[in-house]
Amino acid sequence: MAQTLKPGTVDELVQAVEWAVSGTHPLELVGGGSKRALGRPVQAEMTLDLSAFSGITEYQPEELQLTAGAATPLAEIEAALSDKNQMLAFEPADYSALLGSKAEATLGGVLACNLSGPRRIKAGAARDHLLGFHAVSGRAEDFKAGGKVVKNVTGYDLCKLLTGSWGTLAAMHEVSLKVLPAPELTRTVLIMGLDDARAVAAMGEALASAHDVSAAAHLPAALAARSAVPYVNEAGTAVTALRVEGIGPSVEARCRDLRNMFAPLGDGEELHRMYSRQFWQEIRDAAPFAGDARALWRISLPPAEGAKLVAALGQSLIAEAYYDWAGGLVWLALAAGEDASADSVHAAVAAHGGHATLLRAPADVRAAVAVFMPQAPAVAALTKRLKESFDPAGVLNSGRMYPGV
Amino acid sequence: MQMPPPNETTLSQRADIAAGLGAIVGEAHVMADDASLKAFESDGLSAYRQTPMLVVLPGDTQEVSRVLAYCAKHDVKVVPRGAGTGLSGGALPLADGVTLGLGRFNRIFEIDYANRSAVVQPGVANLAISQAMDSAGFYYAPDPSSQIACSIGGNVAENSGGVHSLKYGLTTNNLLGVEMVLMDGEVIRVGGKQFDSDGYDFLGLITGSEGMLGVITEVTVRILPKPPNARALLMGFASNDDAGRCVAGIIAAGIIPAGLELMDRPAIHAVEEFCHAGYPLDAEAILICELDGPEVEVEELARRVGDIAATCGATSSRVSEDEAERQRFWLGRKSAFPAAGRIAPDYYVMDGTIPRGRLSEVLNRISELSEEYDLKVANVFHAGDGNLHPLILFDANIPGELERTEKMGGEILKLCVAVGGVLTGEHGVGVEKRDLMGEMFSETDLKQQQRVKCAFDAGQLLNPGKVFPTLHRCAELGRMHVHGGEMPFPDLPRF
Ligand SMILES: Cc1cc2nc3c(=O)[nH]c(=O)nc-3n(C[C@H](O)[C@H](O)[C@H](O)COP(=O)(O)OP(=O)(O)OC[C@H]3O[C@@H](n4cnc5c(N)ncnc54)[C@H](O)[C@@H]3O)c2cc1C
Repeated sequence: MAQTLKPGTVDELVQAVEWAVSGTHPLELVGGGSKRALGRPVQAEMTLDLSAFSGITEYQPEELQLTAGAATPLAEIEAALSDKNQMLAFEPADYSALLGSKAEATLGGVLACNLSGPRRIKAGAARDHLLGFHAVSGRAEDFKAGGKVVKNVTGYDLCKLLTGSWGTLAAMHEVSLKVLPAPELTRTVLIMGLDDARAVAAMGEALASAHDVSAAAHLPAALAARSAVPYVNEAGTAVTALRVEGIGPSVEARCRDLRNMFAPLGDGEELHRMYSRQFWQEIRDAAPFAGDARALWRISLPPAEGAKLVAALGQSLIAEAYYDWAGGLVWLALAAGEDASADSVHAAVAAHGGHATLLRAPADVRAAVAVFMPQAPAVAALTKRLKESFDPAGVLNSGRMYPGV
Repeated sequence: MQMPPPNETTLSQRADIAAGLGAIVGEAHVMADDASLKAFESDGLSAYRQTPMLVVLPGDTQEVSRVLAYCAKHDVKVVPRGAGTGLSGGALPLADGVTLGLGRFNRIFEIDYANRSAVVQPGVANLAISQAMDSAGFYYAPDPSSQIACSIGGNVAENSGGVHSLKYGLTTNNLLGVEMVLMDGEVIRVGGKQFDSDGYDFLGLITGSEGMLGVITEVTVRILPKPPNARALLMGFASNDDAGRCVAGIIAAGIIPAGLELMDRPAIHAVEEFCHAGYPLDAEAILICELDGPEVEVEELARRVGDIAATCGATSSRVSEDEAERQRFWLGRKSAFPAAGRIAPDYYVMDGTIPRGRLSEVLNRISELSEEYDLKVANVFHAGDGNLHPLILFDANIPGELERTEKMGGEILKLCVAVGGVLTGEHGVGVEKRDLMGEMFSETDLKQQQRVKCAFDAGQLLNPGKVFPTLHRCAELGRMHVHGGEMPFPDLPRF
């Protein structure tokens, strides 16, 4: 195992990167370490432990803004927010169980991987909530971008760029986030017994309706049976779920309207507080696949294509899938084998549009196949130039996304 | 305002360049005569004017690609231009530059209701997108006040917002994909109809990049079902402070209205005179708060907001009874700019963002500045998200008054930064705020941004002279100056 450098201050972080650059010692960036099994395996000489950059430095509920060290545990952030009835609206996912990690997820890790949960369809992704950051680039320079206010077009939006860059551009040490009021009431309408295609169509109708659905997912029967939520695991059939959030009377009215709208399709049910929360946590964290070791693809595609893609892949592969984002996010599990059937998955995604990320697979498989979709040549070249503009020596998480990047 | 010195060689080759571009787009789509060029000499910030060397109006992506490749090859600068409504001089021409207009890119390719998205050309006007899907009950959410005219490509380039951005987000939160052409002519596509894409977030980076990274040739936006009901509250207050506390109270109560706008006394009086919206003339400030959603929700929230306003000492409060009244409440706000134009020969729109809590402090300081500089100011404010639009009223015909106005504007923006805000919330840096960038960013911060520019356009031919106060050559920016090499802090634990 590689040695670890653990800077305690920003100056030390700069020094650490200076050292890495001067002798080209590649570093692997780690916050809490809960996501080390994500992405391509990094061949680093040293681990750069950022855990010292932790703690909430500024939280102003009335400004809907929170600033914290990048390695602040997500749990700490969520506890502070929940104290004030607020939340990170993008519903950051926790893949610890999925990846078999005991480490704690940190804010910086969630941002670096742009991991958003079911509310993505309404509230946006992690990338839509980063207002500003301070980071040390691969040039060993401490720099900042963005600010602490929501409306800001001063300079390029490097917040978007850093979110989802998997630590390959800079080591963030402080981040400012947009936070939002938590809903007063949450309920989930369940529709039982739809096949995948009809479920995706129904979720689309729900999203096109005026009922302001904040999450829409579909579990085929076998996966519904694996849920820990009573109404779901007892259904004995597929379960399609629509979440409604807001103030009490509005939630009640919208649930009623949704149930009426879908009554002709089959039996309805409703999940209230705790079960609703538990259900969406399962969907968010890919819990239906946490108990096995299969390869897992996370496929983001045009929502109406979701069921078609799964049907097409089902013709040649033995796979299991469920849908989030009204069909726009497919979780697909299949035997890891040597290549996690990457060619078939990529070909299918190319036909239906979107991106497939190999979210879970043994390290040798992740080293062998494209974990992130292969890019068009011009985009790949741009990616390389951008990487070089931040990290010319390639010392920050190089290879995590693409060879050399 | 200092622009990069024109390249004499380029200027001397003007006729050849016109012919070269004409061969690509057809002669009819290249403008070289003074009268035609004059129409392009400024954007919505008319204080800055410059006649472009040439204007070219390509008709499709391939032509854009060939125009850019041609210009790259001949070392000619290019300034993209949408509808020219920008308020920071982003589309200000260069004397030795070709202005590339997207006016012919005016088609809506596809409205895909199943995927709740629309694919349009960049020259389509913002409002035209919503109109095209209105009968199906859908709309495109970001609604800049210029939405009748401004182009969606310009919206992407500026990351424009509108009065409903508080709840529905800015352009960047409502985009799914773009096609764009890099300065070397390479065509790339990023995003699509899916929510997220892996790889670096080029879509996010391009949004708000002010035409400096590439020319956008196609845009895929997210569309939403229209909210079933909307009502607006019009509330009057005896002080800016009370209005500010009401804004904070609404947010603290966990309510995110569809829109939350503030106008101060001078703005209220200007618009009342202009369009008779029925605003209370005795108020020091008014708030317009829009709530949308299911009937029960709108009713309940309107009641809650009314209660909050009462505890903050509102001197009047009225909920719109019908659609006509709601529209009337908004009419005043939406007419604020033209109304300012009516009471003064010229007005200058500022666009800083501040933390909401600093509102009354900032407004007080602005009125002090107004006295110091002897210039009247009317304030309209996207209060919900802290985006302030002071309108400085002046007369450009009075010698020195424009300069005084600009100086005062600079003071206001510095003030925004000083209280924890930023230089521009939605109008962009352009040339206008370029030289103030140092107020917010260090040289290191700015150089990293410029390196991003270099990754897209190493020759710095696309819209140069905007956003960055100092031009550095890409080769110089690329060099690394790292000392050290010592094993860092050897006394710290390593495992
Ligand atoms: C009365 C009035 C009200 C306004 N209200 C608002 C408001 O409420 N909110 C708000 O955010 N703004 C507002 N604006 C500002 C302006 O309308 C927006 O910035 C708008 O997005 C500009 O669009 P445009 O098509 O006019 O762009 P232009 O002014 O033509 O160009 C703006 C910038 O975008 C670049 N550009 C344009 N098209 C492309 C393209 N296809 N590819 C690459 N780069 C491109 C240009 O180079 C330039 O840098 C207002 C302006 C006016 C005059």
